[in-house]
Amino acid sequence: MSNFFNKSDLVRKDAENIVSDTLKNCDDGELYLEDSKSESIVLDDNKIKSSNYSSDLGFGFRAVSEEVVAYSYSNEISKDSLKSSAENLRSTLKSIKGAYNNEIPTSNKKFYNDINPIEQKTLNSKLEVLNKVNEYLRKKDGAVKQVTANFLGEHKSIEIIRSGGEAITDVRPLIRFNVSVMLEKDGRKETGVYGIGGRQSYDDYLQNDNWKSVCEEAFRIASVNLESKPAPAGEMKVVLGPGWPAILIHEAIGHGLEGDFNRKKTSAFYNLMGQKVASEGVTIVDDGTIDNRRGSLTIDDEGTPTERTVLIENGILKNFMQDRLNARLMKTRSTGSGRRENYRHVVLPRMRNTMMLSGKQTQDEMIKSVDKGIFAVSFGGGQVDITSGKFVFNCTEAYEIIGGKIGSPIKGATLIGDGPSILKEVSMVGNDMMLDPGIGTCGKAGQGVPVGVAQPSILIDKMTVGGTKL
Amino acid sequence: MIKDQDFLKAKAVHCLDVAKKIGATNASVTIGHSISETVNFRNNNLDESNRSDGLAFSIDTYIGKKKSSISSSNLLDQNLNTLIEKCYETTKITPEDEFNSLPDQNLLADSLKNLNIYDDTHIENDKKIDYLKELESTASEDKKIVNTESSFTEKKTNFILANSDGFCSGYKTSSFTASCVAVAKDEKSMERDYEYSSKRYLDDIKDPKSLGKIASHQTIRKLSPKKIGSEKLSVIFDKRIAKGMLSAFASAISSSAIARGTSFLKDQLNEKIFSNSINIIDKPDIIKGLGSRNFDSEGVKSETINLVKEGVLKSYLVDSYNGRKLNLKSNGRSGGTTNLYFENGNQSYDELLKMNSKCIYITETIGHGSNLVTGDYSVGATGFLVENGQFKYPINEITIAGNFNDMFKRIFLANDLDFEYSTNSPTMMIEGMTVAGK
Repeated sequence: MSNFFNKSDLVRKDAENIVSDTLKNCDDGELYLEDSKSESIVLDDNKIKSSNYSSDLGFGFRAVSEEVVAYSYSNEISKDSLKSSAENLRSTLKSIKGAYNNEIPTSNKKFYNDINPIEQKTLNSKLEVLNKVNEYLRKKDGAVKQVTANFLGEHKSIEIIRSGGEAITDVRPLIRFNVSVMLEKDGRKETGVYGIGGRQSYDDYLQNDNWKSVCEEAFRIASVNLESKPAPAGEMKVVLGPGWPAILIHEAIGHGLEGDFNRKKTSAFYNLMGQKVASEGVTIVDDGTIDNRRGSLTIDDEGTPTERTVLIENGILKNFMQDRLNARLMKTRSTGSGRRENYRHVVLPRMRNTMMLSGKQTQDEMIKSVDKGIFAVSFGGGQVDITSGKFVFNCTEAYEIIGGKIGSPIKGATLIGDGPSILKEVSMVGNDMMLDPGIGTCGKAGQGVPVGVAQPSILIDKMTVGGTKL
Repeated sequence: MIKDQDFLKAKAVHCLDVAKKIGATNASVTIGHSISETVNFRNNNLDESNRSDGLAFSIDTYIGKKKSSISSSNLLDQNLNTLIEKCYETTKITPEDEFNSLPDQNLLADSLKNLNIYDDTHIENDKKIDYLKELESTASEDKKIVNTESSFTEKKTNFILANSDGFCSGYKTSSFTASCVAVAKDEKSMERDYEYSSKRYLDDIKDPKSLGKIASHQTIRKLSPKKIGSEKLSVIFDKRIAKGMLSAFASAISSSAIARGTSFLKDQLNEKIFSNSINIIDKPDIIKGLGSRNFDSEGVKSETINLVKEGVLKSYLVDSYNGRKLNLKSNGRSGGTTNLYFENGNQSYDELLKMNSKCIYITETIGHGSNLVTGDYSVGATGFLVENGQFKYPINEITIAGNFNDMFKRIFLANDLDFEYSTNSPTMMIEGMTVAGK
C-alpha cells in the first residue's frame, strides 16, 4: 500500500481538513489519490522492440453539488497544490447548499491479492518467454512472417478520502500477455491475435508453458483467415460462439444501461425499466466480484464495494449500473459501478464483467437450425451509438452456415444491429457459458478501463452482415 | 501558469547529466507541461468544470545499441534520479538492436519557424460559461431537441526535447475547442449528432450561435431514419468522415508497418495506388495549423512532403529506427503526420452529388473496420439516401464495405477543401461499394 503522505509537506490531517472544508456544503465528492506503476515489454520483428516502465502519481479532487461536478487534478501531491485545487472547485460551485452524505457501504471481501506483478517476475525471465514465443512460432511454419508478443503489467494503489476523514484503500494488480502472428501464403497475408490476463501474477497465467497455447490459438486464427472467402452482405441469421463474442452484449445492451445516459434520457433504454427488452431465457448481469477477473474490483473508484448487478432477468429490464452521482439523482443506490481510468478523470458509471447466463440449448442445435447465415467465433472490437441504439462489432473469425452445416471461413466483416431490439431476436441460448480470456478494454468519454465479458453460444434470428458479397 | 522554457530546460539538462554520469552512452529526454480547463454545460445549465495541470517526463537511455525507456509524472529530482537509474539498469539487460540510436545529427531541426500555434490569451471560466449559454440556447431552440451537452476547453502546453547529441528545443502550443452534442426525438426515433470547432487562437473559434445551429440542424435531419436494401452503390463521405480515409492511408504507409511487412501498401512505393487526379500532401508549416510543428518527436526537422502525386505513392512516413531498417532517411514523421490533406478535386460539391442518379451520403461511421494488413474495410454507417442530387431521407443500420486497394482507385473529390482539422479531405465519393442493409 502506498503512503501518499510521506512524500511532501502534505500530512494526512491537513488533507482531511482541506477535504472536509471544501466539501462542507456539497452533496458528494472526495479526494482520490493514486500511485501506479506500469510496464510494457514488446517483442516485434525478431527483436525486443521496447521495454518501458512508467510511474504515475497524483490526485483528483471532486466536489459535487446537485448535478454539477467540479473536478481538479494535479500530479504534484503537496499542500499548495491541494489548496489551489480546492480553490478551483469553490470557484465553480459558487452558491451551494447541499448535505454531504457520509454513508458509504463497507465490505471485507477482496477479489484479488495485494501483489505487484511487475516485481514478481524478473525482466530476464519475461524476455526469455518473449524470445521463446518468437522462435516457437517461426519454427512452426514457414508461412509465419511476423510475430509480436508483449507483456503489460500494472500495479495501482488508490486511496479515497471522504469528507469527515473516512479513508478507503485498494491495491490493484493487472496483467496481460498477447501474441499476434502474421502468415503469408500465395501472396495473401492474414493475422491472428490472442491474449490472456487478469489480476494475478504473470506466472499464474503462464504456468505449464501456457504461452504455447496462446501461440497456437493466434496461429490457428491466422490460418483460418488465410482460407477465408469474401463475407456475405445483408440480413441473415447469426450464431455467436461462447466467451469473447459477448462484447455484443457489452456494446448492444451494456452501455445503454449505464446510469448517466438514462438519467439524461439519452439512452434508447431510459423509459424501458420493468419492460421486456429481451427474449425469455435471456438473463444478463454485470459482476465486479469474480475472483481475479480483469473487470473485477474490490471497491469502485468512489469507494463503494462492487456487487453482482442483475441488469436483465428472464427478458425483463431490472437495473441500471450506477455511480453515486447518478444514483442520488435517480433516487436509487450505487451499484459499485463508478469507475475512472486514473486520477486525471472524473468518475462515470461503467461496466465491470458483463455476462449473459447459460440457457438450455446446444451450439449444435443452433447451427443445424440455420439454413443460411454465419457463425461468428471471435471479434476484434465494437462500438455503439447510445442514442439511436445502433451498434457494430467486427468479426475476426467467422464461417458461413449453409443448410445447417458450418462451411468456409469468411473474411472479417462488421455486423450491425439495434441494441433495444437485438435481444428480442435471440431465439436460442446455449448451455455453454464461457468467460473471455481477460483482454477487454472499454472506452467511454476518452477513458479506457479494463472489463470482462461472458456468454454462452446464442442464435440471433436477424442481423445485418457487412460483407462484400451480395 | 504554464511552466516556462527555462524550468523545463533545467529539468531536461539535469536528466541528461544524471544518465551520462551513471554510464548511459546516449540519452533523449522529453519534459512537458500542460494545463487545460474545461467547462461542460447540459440543457442550458452548468454540468461540470474540470481543471488539469500535469507534468510529464520520459527518457530513453542507450548503452551502445541497447535501449530502454521510462516515463513518469513525478518531476521531483529525487524521483527522477531513481527512475533514470532504474532505466539504466533495465537497458543493461535489454538485448542489442542494431537499429537503435539517436536520430542523425544532420537531420535535426536547427531553427524554429514561428508557426503561430500559441495564443497566450486566457479565457476565464465565466466567459466560457457565457459562450456555452449562447450556444445551448440556440442549439435547443427547436422543440425536437431534447438534450444538449456542450463544452469549452482551453489548453496550453509547453515542452522541451533534449538529447545527448546537443539537441535542445521546444515550444508552447495552445488550443481552444468548443463542441455541442445534441439529441433530437420524434415518435419513431431518437438521434444524436454534433458539431465542434477547434482552433489555435481563441478569436478563430466559430461563434456560439452558428455552432449551436449546425449541431441542432444536423441532429434533427437524422430523425425517422429508414433501413435500405443491400446493393452496390456509390458512397459519398462527408468531410468529417472522409478524413478517416486519409488516416487509414497514413497508418498503412508508416515506416513501422512497412518495415514489419504488415501493410497492404508494402512494396507500393512509386506505384499507382490512386487514380491520376489524386494528390496527397503533408504540410507541417501551415500558419495556425492544428497539426503544425517544427520537428517530430525525435527532433528531426519536418518538411512538406508530397506523399501521393498524380495517384503515385511517392513517400512513406519515416522515423529514425524504421528508416534505418528500410535504408531510408527519416523525414521527420516520428509520431505521425502533421497537416495531412487531399488536394481539391475537379468538381463542385453539387456536381459530386449528381454524378450518380442514386447514391448514399454518409455522415458517421462506427466500428473499427479497417484491416491495414489486407486492406479490407467494413464499417457501420449512418447518413442519407441521395437521388439525382437531392437528399431524400435519413438512413441507418447499414454497413459499407470494400477493399482499400480498389476503393483508393475509385475516389472522386469535390473542390471544397478547408482546414478545420489536422487531417482534411474535400467531400469524397467512392464508386461501387457494397452497402448491406435489409
